[in-house]
Amino acid sequence: MTAVPRAEQAVATQRRRAASPRWGRIGVHLTLVVLMVIWLLPTIGLLVNSLRSSGDIASSGWWTSLFPPTGLTLDNYSAVIQQGGLGDAFVNSLFITIPATIIPIFVAAFAAYAFSWMNFPGRNLLFVAVVGLLVVPLQTTFIPILQGFGQLGIAGDFLTVWLAHTGYGLPFAIYLLRNFMGSLPREVFESAYIDGASPVTAFIRLALPMSIPAIAALAIFQFLFIWNDLLVALIYLGAVRPENLPMTVVIANLVNSQGGGWELLGPAAFLSMALPLVVFFSLQRYFVRGITGGAVKG
Amino acid sequence: MDGRLITAIVVLVGVPGALLGYIYLTEILLKFAPERARPRLRPWLWMLPALLFLFLFLIFPTILTILRSFQGALEGTFVGLDNYVWFFTSGDALISLRNSALWVVFLTIIAVGLGLLVAVLVDRVRYESFAKSVIFVPLAISMTAAGVIWRFMFDYQSPGQPQTGTLNGILSVFGLGPVSFLQVDTLALNTIFLIVVMAWMWTGFAMVILSAALKGISTELLEAGRVDGATEWQVFRGIVFPLLLPTVAVVSTTIVITALKAFDIVYVMTNGNFSTDVVASRMIKESFTFGNIGHGSALAVILLLAIIPIMALNISRFRAQEAIR
Repeated sequence: MTAVPRAEQAVATQRRRAASPRWGRIGVHLTLVVLMVIWLLPTIGLLVNSLRSSGDIASSGWWTSLFPPTGLTLDNYSAVIQQGGLGDAFVNSLFITIPATIIPIFVAAFAAYAFSWMNFPGRNLLFVAVVGLLVVPLQTTFIPILQGFGQLGIAGDFLTVWLAHTGYGLPFAIYLLRNFMGSLPREVFESAYIDGASPVTAFIRLALPMSIPAIAALAIFQFLFIWNDLLVALIYLGAVRPENLPMTVVIANLVNSQGGGWELLGPAAFLSMALPLVVFFSLQRYFVRGITGGAVKG
Repeated sequence: MDGRLITAIVVLVGVPGALLGYIYLTEILLKFAPERARPRLRPWLWMLPALLFLFLFLIFPTILTILRSFQGALEGTFVGLDNYVWFFTSGDALISLRNSALWVVFLTIIAVGLGLLVAVLVDRVRYESFAKSVIFVPLAISMTAAGVIWRFMFDYQSPGQPQTGTLNGILSVFGLGPVSFLQVDTLALNTIFLIVVMAWMWTGFAMVILSAALKGISTELLEAGRVDGATEWQVFRGIVFPLLLPTVAVVSTTIVITALKAFDIVYVMTNGNFSTDVVASRMIKESFTFGNIGHGSALAVILLLAIIPIMALNISRFRAQEAIR
C-alpha cells in the first residue's frame, strides 16, 4: 500500500467512476449487492435459528420466523451459558490462546532482530530455510510430538499446546517481524551503538517500540489462528484430557453428535465468534496491514 | 479454576520476564567470551530459542514421520514402500487424493476469481469499505463456526417434509429438490459444496490483497487507455490484469497451500463420510481412528511432497524479492 494522499485518491476514484457508462454502473452495483447478500445470508440464517426453539428448528426453515408469529427466544443462549461445558470451553480457549500468542512474539522478535541487525555467515540461507518451514503441514509433526509429550508425562496439559503453537507459529512470526525490523532506518541503530548502547538496549529501547505496528499485526494473527484452531487442540488435548478442550473442538463434537443439542449450536458458534469479531472490527487496520505486508511488498 | 488462574498469572508475567531475562543473560555470558568472538556468538544466542522450537516442533518430527512411513502399524517393523503402495491401490485413499486435487483446483479458482471480481468492482463504488468488510469478515471466524453456519445452509429433510435448510428452501420455491447436498457423491458434488464453504471464507483474503495491488496501479495509465478509446473490459484485460498477475500468483500459492491443508471443514461437516475425505483428514483418521500410524505417516509425507514444489516456488520468488531490496 503506497502512501497516496487521501484527496488525490478520492479524485482518482472519482475518475474511475466517471469513466464507466451508465448501464455498466448498474451491473456493478447489482453484482456487488448480490454477492454481499450471498455472503451475509448464511450467517443471518444461523443468527435467526439461534433464537428459535428446538422444535421450530427441526420443523421449519429459519425464514418462517421473519414473519409473525416469530416465536423468537433467548432460551438457547441462556442454556448455553448455564450448561457447564461450553462456558468452561470458552475459558479453556482463552487459557490456550493468550500464552500461545505471547511466547512466539518474544521468541520471534529476538530471532528477527538477529536476522535484521547482526551479521553472521549463512544469515540469508538460514532465513530462507525458516521461510521454507512456513508450509510444512502440521500433519507431518503430530505423531512424533505426541509420543514425545507422552514420554515427558505432559500429554494433554495446556503446556503442550502452548509449546506446539509457538513452534508452528514461529516461521510466519519471524518472517513478518524480520521484514518490518529490517526496514527500520539503519542510522537509528548506528547512532545508538556509537553512544555506547548494547544490543539488548538497542533492541528493547528502539527495535521493539518501533516495531509495534508489526507486532500488533502479528499478535492479531496469532490470536485468531489459535483461537480458531481445531486440529492442534484436537490432537494434543482431545484424546487425553477432554476437560481441557477449547470451544472449537467442543462445538465440532456437538455437530457430529447426531443425538440432539442442535439448538445449542447456533448460540455456541456465535459465542465462539464473538471475540474474533471484536478483535477484527476494532483492529481491522492492523489485520489488513499484516496480510498485505506479508504478501505484497513494495 | 483457581489453579488455572494462578497458572495464568504466572504464565502472563513469568514468560515474558523469563524471555527478556534470557536476553540479558546472554550479554552477561558474552562478557566471558573473548571480545573478538562476541559478534559472531551473539546472533546464535539470540536465535537459539527460535531455532530450538523450530527444530523440536517442525524439523525433527518431520524427519521421524518420514522414517515412520516406512514402518508398519507397529513401530519398528520395516515394511519398505508398503504404505505408499497401499495409498496408491486403496480406493479410500485414492478418493482422498482426488478430493485434495479438487480442493486445490476449485478453491483457488473460486476464491481468486471472485476475489479479483470484487476487488475490481468495489474500486468503483462509494460503499467500498462496507462491501469489503462483508466479504472479508468470514476469514476472522473459525472453520468450525463456518461449518456450523453452512450446516444450516445445506440442511436436508426428506421429500414432502418442510425443508429447513436455506438452499433447499430456495429450491422448493421453484418446485425443485430437495437435494441432500453433503451426501451426493456423484461427480464429487458434495466435495464441491464443502469447497464452497472454504471459498466463502477465503475470497476475502484474495480480495484484500488484490485490492491493495489494484490501488497501486497509476490512474494515468488507465486514463491513457480510455482516452485511446479502449472499453472497460479492454482496459482490464490489457492493462490491469497483466499488472496484477504477480499478485494473483502470490495469492494463488497461499490458497493452494490452504486447500492442501484443509481439514476442519471436512471434519466438522461430514467427518469424511460420503467420499469427502481429503489427504489431510484421511491422515488423522488412519492414525487416530484406525490406529495405523504407518499409513498415517505415509499420508502426511504425501501431503508434504505435494507442498514442496509450492514451497520451492515461494522461496525462489522470495529470493528474487530479497535481491531487489
